[in-house]
Amino acid sequence: MAAVRLIDWIDARFPLTKLWKEQVAEYYAPKNFNFWYYFGVISLVVLVNQLVTGIFLTMSYKPSSAEAFASVEYIMRDVDWGWLIRYMHSTGASAFFIVIYLHMFRALLYGSHRKPRELLWIFGCVIFLLLMAEAFMGYVLPWGNMSYWGAQVIVSLFGSIPVIGQSLVEWIRGDYYIADATLNRFFALHVAALPLALVFLVIAHLMALHEVGSNNPDGIEIKKLKGADGHPLDGIPFHPYYTVKDTMGIAAFLLVFSGVIFFAPGFGGLFLESPNFEPANPLQTPPHIAPVWYFTPFYAMLRAVPSFAGTQVWGVLVMGAAIVVLFFLPWLDRSPVRSIRYRGPIYKIALAIFSLSFIALGVCGLKPPSGIYPQLARVATILYFAFFLLMPWYSRIDSVKPVPERVT
Amino acid sequence: MIRRFALLALMLLPAGFAQAQEEGIPLLHSGTDINNVSSLQRGARNFMNYCSGCHSLKYLRYNRMAADLRITEPELAANLIFTSAKPFDTINSSMPADALNWFGKVPPDLSLIARAKGVDYVYSFLKGFYADKTRPWGVNNLYLPSAAMPHVLFERQGLQKPVFKSEPDGRGGTSMVLEGVEPMTPGALKPEEYDQFVRDIANFLDYAAEPIKAKRQSLGVFVILFLLVFFVFAFLLKKEYWKDVH
Repeated sequence: MAAVRLIDWIDARFPLTKLWKEQVAEYYAPKNFNFWYYFGVISLVVLVNQLVTGIFLTMSYKPSSAEAFASVEYIMRDVDWGWLIRYMHSTGASAFFIVIYLHMFRALLYGSHRKPRELLWIFGCVIFLLLMAEAFMGYVLPWGNMSYWGAQVIVSLFGSIPVIGQSLVEWIRGDYYIADATLNRFFALHVAALPLALVFLVIAHLMALHEVGSNNPDGIEIKKLKGADGHPLDGIPFHPYYTVKDTMGIAAFLLVFSGVIFFAPGFGGLFLESPNFEPANPLQTPPHIAPVWYFTPFYAMLRAVPSFAGTQVWGVLVMGAAIVVLFFLPWLDRSPVRSIRYRGPIYKIALAIFSLSFIALGVCGLKPPSGIYPQLARVATILYFAFFLLMPWYSRIDSVKPVPERVT
Repeated sequence: MIRRFALLALMLLPAGFAQAQEEGIPLLHSGTDINNVSSLQRGARNFMNYCSGCHSLKYLRYNRMAADLRITEPELAANLIFTSAKPFDTINSSMPADALNWFGKVPPDLSLIARAKGVDYVYSFLKGFYADKTRPWGVNNLYLPSAAMPHVLFERQGLQKPVFKSEPDGRGGTSMVLEGVEPMTPGALKPEEYDQFVRDIANFLDYAAEPIKAKRQSLGVFVILFLLVFFVFAFLLKKEYWKDVH
């Protein structure tokens, strides 16, 4: 009874029970979520993992060009369980992108970005953009040779902007080259500014979701048909149904996640690149500079665009446009239905080509720019943009199947 | 469900192929085993005797190594510490400051060499020295052309000589390309003994690059087993709750 009295005391001062009911216990979600709907909650798990392990790493990491590399090895060898915390964080970074890419793919499958969920999608796109910045700066912190040269390549991209480019690059680096000042500011952004922004945006993302309600694999609004109790006929309370289901999904994710952490933390040089086990060396370029795998699709686009009129800026613009175009997706899609289940063959083929192009770009970005890869990257870049830019046309002329009233 | 996992696997597949083989002479397979403690002990002995004069392991402590390799502290002090270092010190070399003038390059720290270049590289490198009169120390290396390092294990291995093959140079003629090495003068060890000798060093350096590796893997088995059990209960709980959802 003391517990009830405590809750009453809190409720009189803070909407605890109200929040719990509105957001969890009486948040009605469609009952037909499938495999693809685990990745939202898993990305939340990974976010918490990154925040918690990140805090512990910060306790032993030294953000200085003289000490950073050694402090990471100190964490790996002398800090109790430091190796586990570091591997959870480094594997978490790659896991974050796998999960987020699958989460975004789910939206393309079932039209989760369509009206009235445009803002939900846009918040998600901003989260994706910030996550890329967060991951990039985090990658610089161990101060390995790939950290150094990766930072060198990416930061100098801003130098291709006409007129202000060079000054902008110096302003970002805080020096004439990637140096101690750069490492310090990247550390500040990585551990304070960007995580704070990410957490706020994730909250906004969830608020927008709970305002409009979740989409589902049939792409229909469950709120249209309500029972006598005022709840959607095809909806079930998030708690306990989805809390237990997500627990199962999280367990499956943790199995894979732990498999990587304990048996392949470097993941064949993809999650932790070999040259990064050598300290940053401004005088020695690694034989082949490639960003971590999750950036390679965009890196491949950058390299695919030839220089024109004496400047490389076009590649940078194309790479930026590849992200910007995502924001417009809700308005590019003109199909009368949301879900791929009721769409015609054109969208299905387009989505398949888009997915393959994205994967092909990822592979091209990892490889040195020789052989078939530059041409492949060009074709894949064109197909990537064609998916979005031609969507207003092909999504309208595509055939559709009748959409059911109730979820299947 | 299976189709989805297949799709997922397909999406992750290109990642596995992404590790491109670098050009050049393919590395030898080292066949090391991080769980073979006696190999690691021999590797530590070999390293301390032949390598540690010039190369440090500045991120590895003597007593950490002793504990992991099941070496007692008296054994450690008597057989493996050749400097005035204390057991809790890291393994530093006694190379003086003018190493740069001696070799043209300061001998690198080898704490992480097995992670930076791979354990096969270490093994291949130690087997890759061949006679080359144009080099300051009279030897060159198959896997690191123009290596600054002398063949420290020369008395053990003996000397090898280079083998060339002629290849079209693309201009109608042919050019001689280094293809491999073959024995020239014998050393104190038989070839198989030498292979094992450097395999132990490579294994030890693999350990030194990540001392926790063996423990990480054995702990991982228990973590996975726990999560499997947890998954089964989570699955049963989900099934129970979802019985009334149609």
